[in-house]
Amino acid sequence: MSRMKLLFLQVMVGVVLIALWWIGSNVEIFGVLLLPPFFFSTPGDVFSRVVRLFATGVIWKHLWVTLLETALAFAIGAIGGILFGFWFARKPNVAAVFDPYLKMINALPRVVLAPIFMLWLGLGIWSKVALGVTLVFFIVFFNVYQGVKEVSPVVLANARLMGLNERQLFRHVYWPSALSWMFSSLHTSVGFALVGAVVGEYLGSSAGLGYLIHQAEGVFDIAGVFAGMFVLAAFVLIIDWVVSHIEDRLLVWRPRNTLNDA
Amino acid sequence: MDSLDAPPGPDDGAVSAVRLDGVRIAFRLEGGTTYEAVAETSIEVAENEFVAIVGPTGCGKSTLLNAVAGLLKPAAGSVTVFGRPLAGLCREAGYLFQQDAVMPWKTALDNVALGLEVAGRPREAALDEARAWLAKVGLARFADRYPHQLSGGQRKRVGLAQVLIRHPKILLMDEPFGPLDAQTRQIMGNLLLDLWAADRKAVLFVTHDLEEAIALSDRVLIMSAGPHARIIGDHRIDLARPRDTSDIRLDPRFHELHRAIWGQLKAEVIKTYGEATP
Repeated sequence: MSRMKLLFLQVMVGVVLIALWWIGSNVEIFGVLLLPPFFFSTPGDVFSRVVRLFATGVIWKHLWVTLLETALAFAIGAIGGILFGFWFARKPNVAAVFDPYLKMINALPRVVLAPIFMLWLGLGIWSKVALGVTLVFFIVFFNVYQGVKEVSPVVLANARLMGLNERQLFRHVYWPSALSWMFSSLHTSVGFALVGAVVGEYLGSSAGLGYLIHQAEGVFDIAGVFAGMFVLAAFVLIIDWVVSHIEDRLLVWRPRNTLNDA
Repeated sequence: MDSLDAPPGPDDGAVSAVRLDGVRIAFRLEGGTTYEAVAETSIEVAENEFVAIVGPTGCGKSTLLNAVAGLLKPAAGSVTVFGRPLAGLCREAGYLFQQDAVMPWKTALDNVALGLEVAGRPREAALDEARAWLAKVGLARFADRYPHQLSGGQRKRVGLAQVLIRHPKILLMDEPFGPLDAQTRQIMGNLLLDLWAADRKAVLFVTHDLEEAIALSDRVLIMSAGPHARIIGDHRIDLARPRDTSDIRLDPRFHELHRAIWGQLKAEVIKTYGEATP
């Protein structure tokens, strides 16, 4: 499929969905509105609300807060995940001892931690960062752990025979392998960092996209909720696009998965 | 066929490159039993000598090579490299593995240069020499490619350059051309002989392909079917060098040698086959 055609079809899907929404909320069919504006708002209202958010400049502060929380959550979670991933992968005894606890914490729905973080860290950005970190950490941790464990024994033997010492093995073998696993999960981990930030904001905060949505919901301002959601969705698309570019840059050595490239 | 108790050594006085004395290799299996892959085996490879080990699949040829490389500790016996008992990894050896052993995250050039870089050579100098080696193996135009962008044969060439750039005194090769198609194997065989002729390292070449073994080597050792595999034959290949690995197969002497050795090998292959099928 050519680029133009793909783009056209992608836009068309959006246009059709919005058209259906507009019809449902504006045109009476057999005397009823299928999508009553009280519950679904209308495309026009939501659009003008989004425009107003940007025109008045209100949105920038919230976007900035959410972006900051996401970035911090990702950075801290990733660094922790890398350190522990390496440590556990190189020291199987340590990994064996901590294994049940890691499984336990990982199985815990992270949302239940949000109130605790809020008590500990207050309503500022750090309680949201903490929530995001608990999500990102495990994704990065498991991937780095796997990356170090999955180094081909032949590549490793070859490197050892070439005279690489432990430090050089780390730099030329373990690190690239672990990074490739980590970057292959970059979309997921960045996404989770954002989820942590927004959910945290939703549960209690004074700024951010989650806060914006929560405020609108509190006064049954459906157009406000939808406007917040659309801004959030667009924000995610942009972040995802940036991540894709970083990934392409860093993983040039990887065979492309043709199924996903179509 | 020479006597097996005293392997034919090099000229008296010269130190052999590799010497295995009564090496026994065993693995501990689950449940406490041990599996003896290789029974007491003695092999001697002289400097400048190209020795091939041929045996049926799974007879422990690769295991023996790993013992020489120091990747594996024999249960008994000793490995001596240039007169010194082997401790830890064999620093004098370059090992070309059966599977791909190049690093997928490095370009062909970086893969080849790595051996020099970790030895402390400045990066620029290492890259220059790596470029020269890539040219020698016919990959000058592919320096910036990553392994997944190369064909199987090209990856083997990168592996060969990666090993040879360090100028190892001993070359260990574990069915290096095994996964390649027949034509590529012959081309690789010729490339190997050309490069080898330049400085004639000691080579220990493991294969299950008797023709390949005869075409390349100075001596062919036959290994019996495992477990308790041993060297059961030692044949000197007196074909003239330089050789062309495909032309040499038409030589009458090649056929004579092949017939003589195959008779012995066949029995072992059948033994393996017989044990595999109840």
